[in-house]
Amino acid sequence: MRSEKSADNWQKDYKRSVKQLGLWTLLWVLSTALLSFGPEAVWQFDALFSLMALGLNLLLGIMMVLAMVRHVHRMDELERKIFLDASSFTLGIGVIAATAYGTLEDIKLIAFEPDIAHLILLMSLTFLLSVWVGNRRYR
Amino acid sequence: MKNRLKVLRAERNWTQADLAEALSVSRQTVNAIETGKFDPSLPLAFKLSRLFGLPIEAIFEDPAT
Repeated sequence: MRSEKSADNWQKDYKRSVKQLGLWTLLWVLSTALLSFGPEAVWQFDALFSLMALGLNLLLGIMMVLAMVRHVHRMDELERKIFLDASSFTLGIGVIAATAYGTLEDIKLIAFEPDIAHLILLMSLTFLLSVWVGNRRYR
Repeated sequence: MKNRLKVLRAERNWTQADLAEALSVSRQTVNAIETGKFDPSLPLAFKLSRLFGLPIEAIFEDPAT
């Protein structure tokens, strides 16, 4: 009963976009590691190499974002809704947490400088949890 | 939104996976529409209408009536 000839293509396109997103994400994570550890461990803070690593990191980051946009376009409407809900919730939590976290050192509630990595971790976990909750809601 | 999707699908001996494939959506989406947890967009409702050969109002129940 394949009345819609694009059915097979949709699934193939979807799987391909998942793979592409995974690949660009992996490359971006690797380039982030290179940017973080390379200057000290590999090229002894040579500015040229650091700039090249930064450029590579930004380029791969942009490719990852474009792959994410393509992936969202491949989603069906329910998946897109779950993704949008999770993104909205994550953005809200991120803004609230960043604002509060940024003031903690100023008001002497913490003794260390706020680390952006903590915020990224919080937002990543929030997004994953939101997607999981969304999927359960519509199961 | 209430609908007759499950009945119409059963009349044709289609599984949720069959319907999902025909609509180019996931099986989860078909299940969510059938159970009334998710209302499809107008383009998807028209797709269902074409697939079952029925007008949209014969598949979906107007909640206002």
